[in-house]
Amino acid sequence: MASTSLALALAAGPSRAGSWVAAVGVPCLGGRAAAELGVDLDRLVLVPEAGEQWAVVVAALLEVVDVAVLGLPSRGVRAADARRLTARARERGAVLLLLPDPVPVGRGAGSLPGAWPESPELRLGAEAAVWEGLGQGDGHLRARAVTLTALGRRGASRPRSVEVWLPGPDGRVAARTAGQGSRRTPRGAESGAESGAARRLADAVGT
Amino acid sequence: MTAGVRTLVVWCPDWPVVAAGCAPGVPAAVVSANRVVAATAAARAEGVRTGLRRREAQGRCPELLVVAADPGRDARAFEPVVAAMEAFTPGVEIARPGLAGFATRGPSRYFGGDERLAHRVAGAVQAVVERLTPGAEATAGWVGCRVGIADGRFAAGLAARTRPEGGSLPVGGGDRAEAGEAGEPGAGTARNAPAVVAEAGWTVVGQGRSREFLAPLSVTALPDPALADLLVRLGIPTLGDLAALPAQAVLGRFGVVGDRAHRLAGGSDERPLTARVPPADLTVSIELDPPADRVDVAAFAARSLAAELHERLTARGLACTRVAVEAETEHGEHLCRLWRHEGALGPAAIAERVRWQLDGWLSQGGTTAGLILIRLVPDEVGPAGGRQLGFWGGAADHEGVARAFARVQGILGPEAVVTAVLGGGRDPLEEVRFVPWGEPRSPARPGPAAGVEGMAVPTGHDGPMCSDAPMCNDAPAGSDAPAGSDAPVVDGGPEEAALAGSVARHPAARHPAARHPATRHPAARCPPPEVPPWPGRLPGPAPATVLAGRRPAGVRDATGTEPTVSGRGVLSAPPAELSVDGGGWSGVEAWAGPWPLEERWWEGGRRRARLQVVAGGIAYLLAREEGRWWVEAVYD
Repeated sequence: MASTSLALALAAGPSRAGSWVAAVGVPCLGGRAAAELGVDLDRLVLVPEAGEQWAVVVAALLEVVDVAVLGLPSRGVRAADARRLTARARERGAVLLLLPDPVPVGRGAGSLPGAWPESPELRLGAEAAVWEGLGQGDGHLRARAVTLTALGRRGASRPRSVEVWLPGPDGRVAARTAGQGSRRTPRGAESGAESGAARRLADAVGT
Repeated sequence: MTAGVRTLVVWCPDWPVVAAGCAPGVPAAVVSANRVVAATAAARAEGVRTGLRRREAQGRCPELLVVAADPGRDARAFEPVVAAMEAFTPGVEIARPGLAGFATRGPSRYFGGDERLAHRVAGAVQAVVERLTPGAEATAGWVGCRVGIADGRFAAGLAARTRPEGGSLPVGGGDRAEAGEAGEPGAGTARNAPAVVAEAGWTVVGQGRSREFLAPLSVTALPDPALADLLVRLGIPTLGDLAALPAQAVLGRFGVVGDRAHRLAGGSDERPLTARVPPADLTVSIELDPPADRVDVAAFAARSLAAELHERLTARGLACTRVAVEAETEHGEHLCRLWRHEGALGPAAIAERVRWQLDGWLSQGGTTAGLILIRLVPDEVGPAGGRQLGFWGGAADHEGVARAFARVQGILGPEAVVTAVLGGGRDPLEEVRFVPWGEPRSPARPGPAAGVEGMAVPTGHDGPMCSDAPMCNDAPAGSDAPAGSDAPVVDGGPEEAALAGSVARHPAARHPAARHPATRHPAARCPPPEVPPWPGRLPGPAPATVLAGRRPAGVRDATGTEPTVSGRGVLSAPPAELSVDGGGWSGVEAWAGPWPLEERWWEGGRRRARLQVVAGGIAYLLAREEGRWWVEAVYD
């Protein structure tokens, strides 16, 4: 859960710094949410349906974009393609953000539509999302408190977690002081990330 | 300093309104990005000026007919004018719709002098424009076009804008507000021949007298407004003052841009005479098989062609200032037009002009069959030296980005690569417009976050500016329904349709601290805001997943029946369980609403009631419409 918001929040930093962000295979991305989370829409390019050419399209976009938010195709990604894309991203210093579910509605919600054949560098999970501001028939959604957990390879093999507002009452992503909100529904959806830059991004969100 | 090539320029004042078919006696204005770009004589008499906001223009002239701008329409309608000019000489070049010119050396000799040529061209073009304009002959003093002849295009363009009695006409096209003071005909000339000969439809500046003619004009006539502004502040108000400065000093202080302005002010050509006929291999062409008889098909092919041409030019360090668009049809017809740009033509600019031109040919019946060949010939090239990269490398990699995106478009088709543009709207789906890469990024509807760009093109979704017209009273969306109408809001219950209490049902109205402009509920007759406030908009945060096609949802109350929304916008029972798209049921943890939303009730628009629901830890935006519950978005 919260994987789309988390991916957009991760992309916001590089986007503000002038990088291009691409979203491939994410047909239902909310433009206003992207803008509110800090992504510059002038430098966001979307390929909602890449179809059979998914890997070719991602490879072409990786020539120029620094962050790619990827909804995986339903038939999966071939191991050779995945290795090629990972190598290309590492060479360019780009980040691949893999969404577990490009359209988190319907019967298939929560399941990975097409698995990424390699284990990602870093797996970010947003758990225990608690919405603030909505009552029983009154109020409106204002802020969401989530617990982010990061688990990955090499230096990130020890799981770390941090509590953040995604977004906060002021609409921004910010660290949350412990003790606010209560834990509910620990259903995990994860957002995988590739390459070392992802860790820096995660740190940026966490602090 | 060498004098410019003797040039004739035809200028049609306020071309966009002529192209839109507005009679000069009817107050009408063409509006782009909420600003007036052109107005008819009748509208100008009422005080409507270029650059006014639409509301302000309508305030000055309430019966003003507002037409949305359409560069394609302008270019199409200009085609007969160019055809009339081509009857005099080939090689007509178009600067933009409404402004075109040609070199006069040959035709001037043939027709017996510049004055006679100007007279004939003015007559011919005037006849064409009169055919396009209804009620033209009924309007006294109306001029459909003005012709100017001088040394160099810049001076000729200003000559065309000069009235014989020494006043100046407002400059069309919205790029400059004032053409500056015009020279007195014949004033201050020591020589025998007067510097300027002017008559009703035309102005001829004598050979070698352009500098003299330009000297009293304001620097605001220069094509670079930022530089003109700076020059005025530096105490250089006229072109004569600028031309009097030493060329080296201007070049040193203002760079290439200043050098060009200095050369223009001195009455010579924009570029030094290094422009040369390019070698033949710069020409790019594409064969279309099957033949293209639709504009979009041909324009897409032309776009890759423009990119290829640009690539070839940049590989040689050249920039193109004039490009010839040539096309051949199945029946062997050969069409050719020249397009010129004041700066260098980039790939997007070339592609846009080619598209306009192909549109003109294919829709005006200039062709009898589909196009089989499009060729772009860089007619006039010079060294590309004038572009300064951003200090932090901002503009440097933009071309690489454009190339990569164009490649993906080549793989998946032009509609597959899009960028998002924020506009106005009441639900998350209509707030954002997805624009194919390469098309102008203009929002579908004006909105609080809409960054208005230079030449916004209407999207044609709803007709010109329709969505806010009856909304100017700014009653909240829910209370727009006519009292006493018995139309149900969302469900079938016709019993309560008065909707009296729906103001307070606006989600933001309950939370005065919410940060969106939609929280304001202006009184019925407040001054019109610059952007529509879109009452009924949900306050933030916005949902990260907006379903393009909504999914059905199942909602149950505590007793297991489906809650409904009445005509008054009241929920029959609080929701207790939710099932999304046929999935399993999960308990509702929190909810709010319903917020009724009625749009365009005067012409059969949508009536909905929306609900925010948290179920299973995930927040959804639900809507009740047509007697069913739907998921519109997920706060993912």
